[in-house]
Amino acid sequence: MKFAIQVNEGPYQHQAADSAYFFAKAALEKGHEIFRIFFYHDGVNNSTRLTTPPQDDRNVVERWAELAEQHDLDMVVCVAAAQRRGVADEGEAQRNGKDATNIHPRFRISGLGQLVEAAVQSDRLVVFGD
Amino acid sequence: MSETIKNFLYLNRKAPYGTIYAWESLEVVLIGAAFDQDVSLAFVDDGVFQLTKSQNTSAVGMKNFSPTYAALGDYEVKKIFVEKESLEERGLSLDDLQHLTWEDEDEDWAEKDSIHLVNRAEMAAIMDDADVVFSF
Repeated sequence: MKFAIQVNEGPYQHQAADSAYFFAKAALEKGHEIFRIFFYHDGVNNSTRLTTPPQDDRNVVERWAELAEQHDLDMVVCVAAAQRRGVADEGEAQRNGKDATNIHPRFRISGLGQLVEAAVQSDRLVVFGD
Repeated sequence: MSETIKNFLYLNRKAPYGTIYAWESLEVVLIGAAFDQDVSLAFVDDGVFQLTKSQNTSAVGMKNFSPTYAALGDYEVKKIFVEKESLEERGLSLDDLQHLTWEDEDEDWAEKDSIHLVNRAEMAAIMDDADVVFSF
């Protein structure tokens, strides 16, 4: 089956980010396809490479990045939600006159159309969050 | 953009200003309109507060986005389902909601109501019929 996954909550604050990760990992291990993982609302905070959890805790951002690396996943961060919450890549930082970027290179920033397209193209859209 | 036409249901469950879900849901609806899917919106639980009229957000310092709902008809969003029980549980009725309409080009642009009151069982069937449920 072809899945699209939407992550609506930030890391550490809410288990949704963990559940989405475990769902994605399990689906891939079972041979399913993941068309795209879309990060929305506070979910955009899953993509900041500046995340530094205590050493004895999981690193949610790196964990996403490793899964994406292994399976060549398309991980998209909503641009409007990212702008509100200070998540930026080089292009966004320049466009908005900001002095830094923080997005992890395994993620990319794009528009909400990517979420809608993922829902159209996939057999199931699975939403994680409240 | 795509030949596939699916039944999209945007399910709105939360009050409009306590969290950003309502506003960011509406943003998906507006962007999604470009994809020519068969779109419905549903409002249940505290989500019914999103459609109330005369919203005034000046005291909380947030943007009042409620006028945007009136533009949904122009985005070809013609089916808005509101759960009757959710309204009643909150002491609300249809009169407390904005009067949302769309224009039917097949009937000389006649103005038609977008909001349909449905009961809980009917809402369950609407969710069951949807190909995709965006839950906010």
